[in-house]
Amino acid sequence: MTNDEIRDFIQQSIGENHVMLFMKGTPEQPMCGFSARTAAALNALGVEYSALDILPDPRIRQELSGLSQWPTIPQLFVDGKLVGGADIVTEMYETGELADTVGVAQPAAEQVPEPPAVEAPQTAPLGLENRLG
Amino acid sequence: MPTPGELKERIEIALPGSTAEVQDLTGGGDHFRAEVISERFDGLSRIDRHRLVYDVFGDEVGGPIHALSLKTSTPEETT
Repeated sequence: MTNDEIRDFIQQSIGENHVMLFMKGTPEQPMCGFSARTAAALNALGVEYSALDILPDPRIRQELSGLSQWPTIPQLFVDGKLVGGADIVTEMYETGELADTVGVAQPAAEQVPEPPAVEAPQTAPLGLENRLG
Repeated sequence: MPTPGELKERIEIALPGSTAEVQDLTGGGDHFRAEVISERFDGLSRIDRHRLVYDVFGDEVGGPIHALSLKTSTPEETT
């Protein structure tokens, strides 16, 4: 898979998914505390989202950060627009802004979501890793 | 290896009038947490505030600075 193909795939993922999370690992098995915290906030809202693991190929992260001009992982996109990384997503979850942004009701219990992520209501993996190599 | 003091100094120089409190989260010199207070953040979205701070370090964020967790406020927001 060429770098251009990876970039196109990333762009397509951002364009086609209402809520798109790029992370280290998966919502079920996050490989980094920041990614875990971000996925946990989305899980707590019960919003459906797609997630892509950036770890299988370093070029995914290079191309993603090139597109988004955001240096770190995770990165959350809603309706094609970068919302932020773990700090911003956590802050927005706590203030209720994240629920507004993704278009769901804020859960009644005001709690900071804690990893590990459980019962991620996400759609099927996007399977970029299967196309690499 | 970057130190919290070095990160603090670089942020405060790049954003004149700001104050930054920087912690090394793991003691390993690569995961940091910075709480930055600056007038410059006034009127900016969270994304743009964080970009201002990330831009101080350029490619080092994601490189030698593996993670830089941020909290950004204006002086008014902290009172």
